[in-house]
Amino acid sequence: MKRNLWVARIVIFLTLAFLIGPFLIIIAAALSAGSSLAFPPQGFSLRWVIAVFEVKSFRASFGLSMFLAVFGTVASLILGVPAAYAVTRYRIPFGEAVRMAVAAPIIVPGIIVGLALLRYLVIPVGMTVTLALFLAHTALVLPYSVRVVSASLENLRPDIEEAAVLLGCSRFGAFARAVLPNIRGGILAAFILGFVTSFNQVPVSLFLSGPGVRTLPIDMLAYIEMTYDPSVAALSALLAFLSIAIVFAAERFLGLSRYV
Amino acid sequence: MSDDYVVLERLKLAYGETVAVHDLDLAITRGELLALLGPSGCGKTTTMRAIAGLLAPAAGRIFIDGADVTYTPPSKRNVGLVFQSYALFPHLSVFENVAFGLRIKREPKPSIDARSRAALATVGLEGFARRNPAELSGGQQQRLALARSLVMEPKLLLLDEPLSNLDARLRLEMRTELQRLQLETGVTMVFVTHDQSEALALADRIVVMKDGIAVQTGTPEEIYNRPRDVFVADFVGFDNILYFRNGMLTSDFGSTDTGEELPGSDALAWRPAEVILGSGPMQGRVIGASFAGQYREYVLDTGLGKIKAQAPADAPPHTIGGLVAFELPLAKAHRLPGTGK
Repeated sequence: MKRNLWVARIVIFLTLAFLIGPFLIIIAAALSAGSSLAFPPQGFSLRWVIAVFEVKSFRASFGLSMFLAVFGTVASLILGVPAAYAVTRYRIPFGEAVRMAVAAPIIVPGIIVGLALLRYLVIPVGMTVTLALFLAHTALVLPYSVRVVSASLENLRPDIEEAAVLLGCSRFGAFARAVLPNIRGGILAAFILGFVTSFNQVPVSLFLSGPGVRTLPIDMLAYIEMTYDPSVAALSALLAFLSIAIVFAAERFLGLSRYV
Repeated sequence: MSDDYVVLERLKLAYGETVAVHDLDLAITRGELLALLGPSGCGKTTTMRAIAGLLAPAAGRIFIDGADVTYTPPSKRNVGLVFQSYALFPHLSVFENVAFGLRIKREPKPSIDARSRAALATVGLEGFARRNPAELSGGQQQRLALARSLVMEPKLLLLDEPLSNLDARLRLEMRTELQRLQLETGVTMVFVTHDQSEALALADRIVVMKDGIAVQTGTPEEIYNRPRDVFVADFVGFDNILYFRNGMLTSDFGSTDTGEELPGSDALAWRPAEVILGSGPMQGRVIGASFAGQYREYVLDTGLGKIKAQAPADAPPHTIGGLVAFELPLAKAHRLPGTGK
């Protein structure tokens, strides 16, 4: 018995170490005083954390990635919430096909999506790279929006809408007042998931880069190819903290909203 | 002005190709408590949903208070509906559930407060205003659903299986509650049930439905005492139904000579209490016996199939497996005209 318990503890410890370890290494590397990306770090300083903010291209690419993550996800929710509503509430023709099509961006490798967009949209049509990126990110996040929102809709009784209609709501009013407040958690979860997916997206964005138009991960890749200093580690650490902050804020917001 | 508050005219209801209700004609009197009674799938809930406007009829018309509302959206009908599942808003407090409709109507705030509190008091939930609906018991949730409809002061209140999710004590309470409401507010009520005792106890009038057709409409006494056909008779507790032809009583399982002559070829029905047990020309084997307080219920396996009978509890009990003589007294038989084979 006792031995089993120890084995279990060791497995848990190793798993956690494997999950959290790289993150800790990155933080340590970011606080290095040396001038090349290395672990263990040489000395301690904040110079590379400060240096991140002085790299001009990081500022531009961070702006672009933020823009794509926020507006791409919002656009995917604007499309995805009604789609999720339709597939869960109605027996629409080709409903299963719609589900599959919506899930396609998860299944099709990003490299192919990126190449296809470049070859058939950007080059022949002359669409700007930014617009192509926006469309690509919206499409990539759409499966998460539909899935997550569908799941929360399925947990919600459909008759509360009928109850709302009988109490004087229009169809849309019933959706806004009876359905939306109850799937708010799902929508928020979809937003966070979509935001992170979009922000970390590499393969699609790899093809869709132009002069001065680069998402942050691509820019970071390009940066380490040229300059092998700890500022990339510093930037990674900052991004990780940003993600944690977003999740905590959401949890707090969700948790609060549930009990108010 | 006519006394009919709701009129259904040759109403046909369908889900796609499947017809749920065929050409239903029904007039519901102002202030009456009407029960739609039938087994599941008979179209009773569908009919109720059509009256509420949640389902557009395939054909026919619906009038409420003289106005043709066939194509009026549900939000404009001022019809209250208490769902079988209650359909409470999980994100709103008990109080806000009740206030919901008044807020949609943009009533002034003090009026919303006063009326919502009054409605909660009516159903005995005044102390629960700030709770979550999920924190209420089943019976309380049901009363909350009722209060949410009542606060809108509907002229017509529809209830889907209002007693089915309640335990025996709450059932009686709810029953009393509904009858009091009807007396005090004069609201017309239609409720759907599959339980004949519920319909008999509560309704002013009963519509028995089967396969989308109203089989019989009448007062509880009429339905109970003079069922029109085998289906209704079976539904209101005539557990023993046999066919009479040429002096023979027959069932799907056999026949027996009664030595009597009755004209016609009708179905005959007896309630368990009408079967004479312990003496008579026929014999059956006891295959089921249960004590029910005032009496004992027996199931006999006979040449005519299963016969249900009752005997007073103080009579000596029959044991399972034993043979018992019995009689189906023709004088007490309820004749179901025109349904004999």
